[in-house]
Amino acid sequence: MRDVAPPSYGIAMSPDIAVEADGLVKSFKETKALKGVSFQVPRGKILGVLGPNGAGKTTAVRILATLLRPDAGRATVAGFDVAKHPREVRKRVGLTGQYASVDEELTGRENLLMIGELLNMRMGDAKSRAKELLEWFDLTDAADRMAKTYSGGMRRRLDLAASLTGHPEIVFLDEPTTGLDPAKREDMWDVVRAIVERGTSVLLTTQYLEEADALADDIVVINHGKVIAHDTAENLKRVVGSQTLKIRPSDLAHTDQVRAILAEVAADAAHVDEPRRGEFSVPVRDDSILPGVVSRLATAKIDVTELSLALPSLDEVFFTLTGERNKSLAGATESEEVAS
Amino acid sequence: MTAAATHEVTATIPHGPFDVLRHSWVLAKRSLVKTWRTPESLIDVTLSPIMFTLLFTYIFGGAIAGSTKDYLPLLVTGLIGQNIAFASVGIGIQLNADIEKGIFDRFKSLPISRVAPLFGAAMGDIVRSILLIAVMLATGYVLGYRLGTDMWHFLAGAALALLFSLCLAWGPMLIGLIARSQRAVQGIVFMTLFPLTFASNAFVPTESMPSWLAAFANANPLSHLVKSLRVLWNDPEGPGAVTGGWQGPVSWTLLWCGIFVVVFAPLAIRAYNRKA
Repeated sequence: MRDVAPPSYGIAMSPDIAVEADGLVKSFKETKALKGVSFQVPRGKILGVLGPNGAGKTTAVRILATLLRPDAGRATVAGFDVAKHPREVRKRVGLTGQYASVDEELTGRENLLMIGELLNMRMGDAKSRAKELLEWFDLTDAADRMAKTYSGGMRRRLDLAASLTGHPEIVFLDEPTTGLDPAKREDMWDVVRAIVERGTSVLLTTQYLEEADALADDIVVINHGKVIAHDTAENLKRVVGSQTLKIRPSDLAHTDQVRAILAEVAADAAHVDEPRRGEFSVPVRDDSILPGVVSRLATAKIDVTELSLALPSLDEVFFTLTGERNKSLAGATESEEVAS
Repeated sequence: MTAAATHEVTATIPHGPFDVLRHSWVLAKRSLVKTWRTPESLIDVTLSPIMFTLLFTYIFGGAIAGSTKDYLPLLVTGLIGQNIAFASVGIGIQLNADIEKGIFDRFKSLPISRVAPLFGAAMGDIVRSILLIAVMLATGYVLGYRLGTDMWHFLAGAALALLFSLCLAWGPMLIGLIARSQRAVQGIVFMTLFPLTFASNAFVPTESMPSWLAAFANANPLSHLVKSLRVLWNDPEGPGAVTGGWQGPVSWTLLWCGIFVVVFAPLAIRAYNRKA
């Protein structure tokens, strides 16, 4: 429940929507970063914005966090138009950028105190909030060390803690786990889930389908400044296949037989793909097909050097959605090796 | 899962007209803490001026004023002017580093005035200027420099020098906000400051210059500051005496302070809003 009536400012907006982007357009000199992007973040939910480097994710986040003005289109955050009432928006959002924006020459605690004071907290409140956040983010031991001595993961956590200092209604997380190792990534996921449990709405950008799938209620896929898919994680996986089966026969003479086997078990036979010579992949609905594949390979006496099931990489998602290979994509597959 | 949970501890000071000052002060504290942690960042306002004073006194003193003792009243004030100008490059470099590290993105996403980070940086820089003036006076004292007027004239001169440094800082701040690297900030600012500091009355009497250069030197804002300090600090009858009252040079200095702020501050604020 809000303690103030939701502002209207002539915009009819459902109180269930935390963030609404409507036809956002933004260019930087010759580059068109956004070509009309629209999406919504329902209150208390996580929207995952999935896309490769340069897709326009960061630009969209910077517009919503009032750091940039769109050339065209409109955005409403917490009921306020970002162009007309940026200060009201800033009171209600927290931003964690792709690069941890903390002051390296201040300690973790000083960073959080400074943010608290800038948010007009009384000194005592700022101190207790800093303490609380340092505990939550497991930074208590490092609290009085300068942030430049922190590891990458610690800096990200401090950055996130800084964004949460003012109890924002909405948090923007711009690629919060890019560059973190898998174990640290899952810690960050737990934090994001905890934030949402407290009633905060989250807009998360990521390059990893796995991350969007693990966290987001809805997923928007963007590429070259345009939304190319907007769906629930469930439906999106139904389209791109919940998992990808990958086979690499040891002998290239067997490629046709392998193709035939994959086409039989695939969710969609048309999507048997050969990303590298001698390596085949296909989206499948679930992992129950695996024993069948193994016995067929055995019957046909085909040796394989690799047989694995994985969530599709962003590259495969794009291939399925657009039928085009995106050269700039970073492969992001977490593979589950079952045989070699 | 209730939204109310997000509002639990938000007992904040209401936003009001003093926010800009309070937020600037919070950010000035940030600069001060960082200065305190890295004392080597104070070399340009401590050791450098001492070195300049020693070199200039013994190299130029005899040639320009006849003796080192007579040169000191000219030199101490001249060097304060020069070093205030040189030290202003530091604030430009600091702002540039803040942009590069993304910390300004954080400030811009907060509900604070857009000018607070710039005011805060300028306020934090005053400490450097105070230190500079103290170091210069102490060095001068050791070499034989003495103030020739009273306490009030001295304080007025010191306050004028601080105000000048605060206003001049908007220039390097603007460069810091638009230049693409810290090295570029340093290059651009020094390129501007060298002619400003040397084509002035800081080290030599402008009468010895060709007339076109003397015209520039006499109009130079730094010359007005240095002349104000000489009038305010030194006995008009003693060595390094300056004829004429203090009103003329002080008014000119204040006018230049106004010009710096009116020209550079809006440009810097605009650059900050665009960039960062």
